[in-house]
Amino acid sequence: MTRFWQAAPSVGHPLTRIEGLDKVTGRARYAGDVAVPGLAYGAVVPATIPRGRVLNLDVEATLAMPGVLAVVHRDNAPRLTDIGEGTLFLFQGDRVAHWGAPVALVVADTPERAREAAERMRVDYFPEPPDTVFRADHPGLYEPEYVNPRNPTVTGKGDVDAALAGAAVVVDAEYRTPAQHNNAMEPHSATAVRSDGRITLHTSTQYAYGVVPTLSKLFGFAPGTLRVLSEHVGGGFGNKGMPPRPDTVLAVMAATLVGRPVRVTLTRPQLWPLTGYRTPTAQRIRLGADQDGRLVALEHRAALQTSRLHEFTEQAAVYSRPMYGAENMRTSHRVVALDVPTPRWMRAPGEAPGSFALESAMDELAEACGVDPVELRLRNEPAVDPTTGQAFSSRRLADCLRVGASRFGWAGRDPRPAVRRDGRWWRGTGVAGAHYPARAAPTTAHATALPDGSFVVRVAASDIGTGARTVLTQLAADALEVPVDQVRVLIGDSGFGPAMGAGGSMGTASWSWPVVTACRELAGRLAAGEPLPPDGLTSTFDSTAAIGARADYARYAFGAHFAEVAVDVTTGEVRVPRLTGVYAVGRVVNPLTARSQSIGGMTMGLSTALLEESSMDGRFGDWVNHNLADYHVATNADVGEIDVTYVDDPDDELNPSGVKGLGEIGIVGVAAAIANAAWHATGVRQRELPITPARAAR
Amino acid sequence: MAGPELASTVRLMLNGAPVELVVDNRTTLLDLLRDRLDLTGTKKGCDHGQCGACTVLLDGRRVNSCLQLAVAVAGREVTTVEGLADDEPHPMQAAFVAHDAFQCGYCTPGQICSAIGMLDELAASWPSAVSTGPVRLDDAEIRERMAGNICRCGAYPHIVAAIREVAGGD
Amino acid sequence: MREFAYARARSVDAAVALVADNPEARYLGGGTNLVDLMELGVERPELLVDVTGLPLDDVTEDGAALRVGALVRNSDLAAHPLVRERYPVLSQALLAGASGQLRNAATTGGNLVQRTRCVYFTDATKPCNKRMPGSGCPAIEGEHHNLAILGASDHCVATHPSDLAVALAALDARVDLQDLAGPHEIPLVDFYRPVGDRPDLELTVQDGALVTGVALPPLPAGARSAYRKVRERASYAFAIASVAAVLVVEDGLVSDVRIGLGAVASHPWRARVAERALLGGPATEAAFEAAAEAELDSATPLRDNAYKVPLVRDLVVAVLAGLAGER
Repeated sequence: MTRFWQAAPSVGHPLTRIEGLDKVTGRARYAGDVAVPGLAYGAVVPATIPRGRVLNLDVEATLAMPGVLAVVHRDNAPRLTDIGEGTLFLFQGDRVAHWGAPVALVVADTPERAREAAERMRVDYFPEPPDTVFRADHPGLYEPEYVNPRNPTVTGKGDVDAALAGAAVVVDAEYRTPAQHNNAMEPHSATAVRSDGRITLHTSTQYAYGVVPTLSKLFGFAPGTLRVLSEHVGGGFGNKGMPPRPDTVLAVMAATLVGRPVRVTLTRPQLWPLTGYRTPTAQRIRLGADQDGRLVALEHRAALQTSRLHEFTEQAAVYSRPMYGAENMRTSHRVVALDVPTPRWMRAPGEAPGSFALESAMDELAEACGVDPVELRLRNEPAVDPTTGQAFSSRRLADCLRVGASRFGWAGRDPRPAVRRDGRWWRGTGVAGAHYPARAAPTTAHATALPDGSFVVRVAASDIGTGARTVLTQLAADALEVPVDQVRVLIGDSGFGPAMGAGGSMGTASWSWPVVTACRELAGRLAAGEPLPPDGLTSTFDSTAAIGARADYARYAFGAHFAEVAVDVTTGEVRVPRLTGVYAVGRVVNPLTARSQSIGGMTMGLSTALLEESSMDGRFGDWVNHNLADYHVATNADVGEIDVTYVDDPDDELNPSGVKGLGEIGIVGVAAAIANAAWHATGVRQRELPITPARAAR
Repeated sequence: MAGPELASTVRLMLNGAPVELVVDNRTTLLDLLRDRLDLTGTKKGCDHGQCGACTVLLDGRRVNSCLQLAVAVAGREVTTVEGLADDEPHPMQAAFVAHDAFQCGYCTPGQICSAIGMLDELAASWPSAVSTGPVRLDDAEIRERMAGNICRCGAYPHIVAAIREVAGGD
Repeated sequence: MREFAYARARSVDAAVALVADNPEARYLGGGTNLVDLMELGVERPELLVDVTGLPLDDVTEDGAALRVGALVRNSDLAAHPLVRERYPVLSQALLAGASGQLRNAATTGGNLVQRTRCVYFTDATKPCNKRMPGSGCPAIEGEHHNLAILGASDHCVATHPSDLAVALAALDARVDLQDLAGPHEIPLVDFYRPVGDRPDLELTVQDGALVTGVALPPLPAGARSAYRKVRERASYAFAIASVAAVLVVEDGLVSDVRIGLGAVASHPWRARVAERALLGGPATEAAFEAAAEAELDSATPLRDNAYKVPLVRDLVVAVLAGLAGER
């Protein structure tokens, strides 16, 4: 049953994870698991005001507590260079930018002592009145220069208002999504070990290479000083990407001050203010269509929040730019800077909340026109990217919708809401489209042939659960034309050179580009009879120029989600017994790990739809439900049958391995499909997430 | 070092072998395993009994090791993920690999210990919240009984499949 | 966590002697709530007296009653054949709570004295009248979507998180206790103190009293019982509302009814108003609804928890109708 290796060609085979046995036996060491002699432990002292200044820290009393080795704070911390990243500019002054921001770090010889001393530390503040609550009509909303990662803030063509005025059918609705926290199972952890003027940092990061230049600039380290290792990463979902999170800076500072290795592991509640989150959104969609549901106008406006430390604007309205065709279109973003922690990437930033708005509005349009929601989407398929006019490298949305409808059993669906009562449940079904950009970023990889006939591939990739180590092994083996058990892929080491992180669904596309190219080149050199030195023969490839030379296309993965929803007639409890996801994601390297990625994305979408909401108490500037008992993520009992399939999506305009990435598209549109199904079940439109019992049926 | 009354000598059976050491009374079983004994297979996800990543078997029963004080489990028998395999992986470990019942792997040791404890509970005919009539294994039972182990990667359907295979439900 | 001394109790008397006079001492049972609160800095005892070695871990028949030792673990109690046979409501309530792992550790006695999960109570950096008397109640204007609608005060709107206690309230259970004066017994519904102006005082018994067990009187002939819990997540979540009910219907008329409500008040709420309205009357949905509405007349919902009022009403109706319709 267990498939540990597969003869070439390996791509397309369900190879089990290379590190699978290590993970199921507990041998796999994550950042906080690495054994280090002489380790000391750092515990964060968090600010307990949302805005103001630190007046006094009772350092002396803390130092007198048992086992305390040092207190790192504004008066003794290393001076940092301001690199424009306020979340990392720690202990450089007395300002408090948000509740939970570190005001000191207590270092002690045991974790129990560090934590107790940190909790007991007395801090006096000068509080100032905070502005912490996001509102769609906040007077501070403004149009930023660009939205994440570097998208235009506003796009438009035609005259949306005129088209809406003349449209036979208009949908105009506002959709709201709450703040959400990524909550990977492994909390952020960093262990800094200094030796001979160099620092090794074991940390839980999606971007091992990227940590190095950021921290080096911040601390003024010479090149070669810092090495980052992240062999196993316990999930990320955007939460362990760039920039590095404060635990890394704190560990390096503390190790410098106490002259011992120091580990800083954040507690679960500390993840809320310190590691990023998905902004709450308020989105207004205006759709105009003819009687048959053909769009004449599409407008998507998004209001979002950021912090005063750093401007991060989630690209929620970007979802509407390539999705459905209309002659008149406008998308725009406004953001407000509040006295709150800084929002960051969370799985499909932009597309996840944006698709909830647009795909819900499309369902309302289908209702208003009396057109089936699948058919409505098929009628609005654009020939080219409707915003940029670019050709699509491939666009298989229609295939996804048709295949999904067939697998789900959509045909013959009664469009009327609230007519299916089954015992204690109202039942309904819903659909949503999905897309996610297919990108790649410059990366360097090395392939080495060893005299024993085996191969080693090195690339500073991260496997945060995506299966990266496994699929890169398969791709490398096929490029070398050898079985996978002759190839070892080493990742998670910044010393392997520049590499994209595990983010933006770009990992496999970015890493495999130089891996496959270097492996092919190496195979060619060996075939040409080049001699093999005792320490091996190495080919290295940097994909920067090749990526820059690509033709101009709109490159996207597409997908469709179908949901069956049951709503308890008495209580409004919402359950999702069935989800179908169909994706066009280029080449599927490993159907086993791909399926895991897809069901994982859909599960997070389900969790978004029904459960997740970080609850901001504006008086404190704190999300008060900052734990896994009060912030609900889906459990095993919440997830029913999940059907996943992939349609053929050959696309020669991507990268040497033909992959589009599938880490994020699985979440896109799922909340809308569930909300649309909840309406179909009960007749109550769900324009605000999550769909709790309080909202579902009343 | 803490005064004698604030620390205690603890002896227990750990993965079949006796262990004896002096612990700060505050030390949880989870921190004892991870920080004192370098058994880092047992993971800390939340430290508050809200995620299940720290699940171990205590006298054969699954519990959250983050909420057990080390001093209070003296004299008892603890099995962690490191103690499940002999030369071969435990069938549950092999099934988790075969079914790709994890992604990042961080919740996995807890899932596996929990699944093993859960099947013993099932064998003892313990009911669950979804049981109706005589207890028997089906997907709904596995989902409910495994609800105390959160997997943020969302590997649940594959976890259910792995457990079903080990339980002979396939 | 504050440093603390640890002692294993050799007898109930010895345990009570160690804790009763020491406000800084706590009994340690399964630890699922106490250790959690210690990790949070909410509980900071200087002495823990571990009672788990005491012989209080049996379920025994006592005449027609069932006596449950305070140290019987939640999972053992839920699976006990006599409990499943005679008190399905109790087994269902236990299984609706927490997770398999937590039920394996949590004890019967500890479950009854667990503290509220109000997010301000569990966060030592926030004001809370229950944790720090006089500091204020941020929940009233803040996050309270799952807090009390019945019996709350201007000082505290916390709810009791137990499922077990709701079932015990409906079963007319009695709590066995021991304090320095010796053993005694108290009806479970009298074990909890109304909130009033002292939310920090949760129990009516002396500080340091040890719960040694629970006594379950027999149910009347023909009684049916059920527990239904509503939660946002399908499992492993606290209730947003729950109902435990015992019902006897003879010739279409309600001859006995007991209703416990969970997640609506600072303690398991016995719905006496509804019970009085139903007794002797017809066992119809209309009667159930009228009774539930009468009970909820005194509800004082807050900005974000008013949804609970119709939810509890409809839940009471559904549970009673289910029991009345069972054959």
